Amino acid sequence: MQAENIHIRGGRLIDPKNGIDRQADVFVAAGKVRAIGETPADFSAARVIDAAGCVVCPGLVDLSARLSTLDSDLAAAVAGGITALACPPDTQPPLDEPGLVEQLVRQAESLGLARVFPIGALTRQLAGERLSETVSLSRAGCIAFSQATRPIFDTQVLLRAMQYAATFGHAVRLQPQDHYLARHGVAHDGRIAARLGLAVIPVCAETVALSTALNLAFDTGVRLHLSKLSSAAGVELIRQARARGLEVSCDVAIHHLHLADEDIGYFDGHARFDPPLRSAEDRAGLRAAVAEGLVAVCSDHTPVGEDGKQLPFDETSPGAVGLELLLPLLLRWAREDEVPLAAALARVTCDPAAILGIEAGSLEAGHRADLCVFAPDEPWRVTAATLRSREKNTPFLGGEMIGRVRATLVGGRAVYEAGQT
Amino acid sequence: MPDPQLGADGRLNHLLSIDGLPPDTLTHILDTASSFLKVSDREVKKVPLLRGKSVFNLFFENSTRTRTTFEIAAKRLSADVINLDVGRSSTAKGETLLDTIDNLVAMHADMFVVRHASSGAPYLIAKHLRRVGRKDVHVINAGDGRHSHPTQGLLDMYTIRHFKRDFSGLTVVIVGDVLHSRVARSDIHALRILGAGEIRVVGPKTLLPSVIEHLGVRVFNDLAEGIRGCDVVIMLRLQNERMNGALLPSAGEYFQCYGLTPRILSLARPDAIVMHPGPMNRGVEIDSAVADSPRAVILSQVTFGIAVRMAVMSILAGN
Repeated sequence: MQAENIHIRGGRLIDPKNGIDRQADVFVAAGKVRAIGETPADFSAARVIDAAGCVVCPGLVDLSARLSTLDSDLAAAVAGGITALACPPDTQPPLDEPGLVEQLVRQAESLGLARVFPIGALTRQLAGERLSETVSLSRAGCIAFSQATRPIFDTQVLLRAMQYAATFGHAVRLQPQDHYLARHGVAHDGRIAARLGLAVIPVCAETVALSTALNLAFDTGVRLHLSKLSSAAGVELIRQARARGLEVSCDVAIHHLHLADEDIGYFDGHARFDPPLRSAEDRAGLRAAVAEGLVAVCSDHTPVGEDGKQLPFDETSPGAVGLELLLPLLLRWAREDEVPLAAALARVTCDPAAILGIEAGSLEAGHRADLCVFAPDEPWRVTAATLRSREKNTPFLGGEMIGRVRATLVGGRAVYEAGQT
Repeated sequence: MPDPQLGADGRLNHLLSIDGLPPDTLTHILDTASSFLKVSDREVKKVPLLRGKSVFNLFFENSTRTRTTFEIAAKRLSADVINLDVGRSSTAKGETLLDTIDNLVAMHADMFVVRHASSGAPYLIAKHLRRVGRKDVHVINAGDGRHSHPTQGLLDMYTIRHFKRDFSGLTVVIVGDVLHSRVARSDIHALRILGAGEIRVVGPKTLLPSVIEHLGVRVFNDLAEGIRGCDVVIMLRLQNERMNGALLPSAGEYFQCYGLTPRILSLARPDAIVMHPGPMNRGVEIDSAVADSPRAVILSQVTFGIAVRMAVMSILAGN
């Protein structure tokens, strides 16, 4: 598929980073945005994408998506309007060697779908003991370093890892959860767990780990990103740290904006997440923090085979697929909480792009043409057939979404168009 | 979200938890148990209600006593009983829980009595049976993790009704390791549904769920306060493994604070009964002087347990 001249006609252009929200055509040539608004004099379109009634926005940037089968997951990404994504290092084997990272990047590039930005392992084998070669990993393509969900038991190791990362300006990402306080736990410490007799993960598992991480970030000056916050108290700690001048960023998984522990129902393994779904009050706190721009939103796409879900609740693998649901679930939140579309889209475009430090998340003449065209009012049903990811594990299976991607461009190439396979 | 244990017509299709059962269903089970109690006193202790049916005792977690009571109940109903010690057979070979179920259904199982270490495991089975269209196969939860042990809850209610007649004015206290106890949860739900006057729980904070009051109970950390004026005292078994972690310092200190002695029991009403799901740890949660006193109705619980399990099996089988 070659980059061709594309004219995206008649859409509502929303570019949150540049404060643009107006009717405007977009002209794409040689992989870049050639012009916005007026047709350039020498432009002739090889194809025209009819965007009437649609929103044209920068391609979505996903801060965290696990890739189990690269081709189907990246096809799912572009079907969900995602043009760039970061993947955590808890792969098999973990991303702690430059060769593995280069291989992943090469494979992803050869598919020509969404761009993949690996997050390297902060410690070797993610064991939390010895630092991995982050300088080499960074050269191989890692844009940040994390432990994914694995703990660092020894706080001195965490301090050293942050100091080393700060030396080279590497970003460190942590999913804040104290291993001991969360040990054996599978559900939020609340009414539902008390009734169902599920072992709990209290909110303090998050706040204790956050306090440690934030204090070490103050001392080391490391660029810190905290991923997948689950509690209102956790968000409050971030707010306080920001008020004290710490440049810390954070995200929440889209599922945590819509679900709560009560969605476990009668032990539904599809409602098992890491961190766990928390109370409705926590969910409200997360939503407010996203609305105010404190928190970005990621899909936390986690493919789990059906075998991994058809087990007693405490034996199920946590997580849900989300690449194709990130946008419609974001739109649902924006409708429900009356958040302007541009502000909502910022949480999945320019905000995460700034966190990752990549060129993405805006639509400007001369920049990469990574963009998404979606019909904001088009309903569709989530089924095994409508999802392109190989795994279909999501609590939203069978549910209706409003807002559907019509076309996705990566590097000026139309890598996805609705109705075509 | 429909309760998986109830059919579309509201009838009991499985017994998975007391939580969510209509009061009439509970009362119906207790009344039915009452009629079965007489069967056990007859010379020929059998009725033909489950003749030709196969009841599979599926114990993923060891419990000789509970398994035996289900076996006796099924045999008194003339069912064929097959005991599977699953912990040592199929799952050890890597077979999943639902694979095991599919195999046993193919062997024409009519009823599964399931004990499992994971909360909710019987729900997984019940939902699976619905998915594969086998609503003629019934599941009885014989204890799942910390969640539920509904036949124990029912036999406890039977015992209380037998000795106290009416639930409305009763103050019932549950003492001990509520956090890990499926018996406590079952009793709390049953007492609430049957309209007990006041339900209390007593224990150290390490052994109580942090938000247990949401289940409709009053929480006490002091046994003397919690037991004062009670009509029914339910003591919970303290598992030995609770001593290994940081939940409790020692069995001795636990007994000092939460052991039921004659002196502590004297704070309850003079006609208060003492219950225990068994097996008892004498000198840990209960003093022998109490356990062997006429106030203790622990052996009555065992006898009633057979009748209650017969009632549940008979009702699920459609009698």
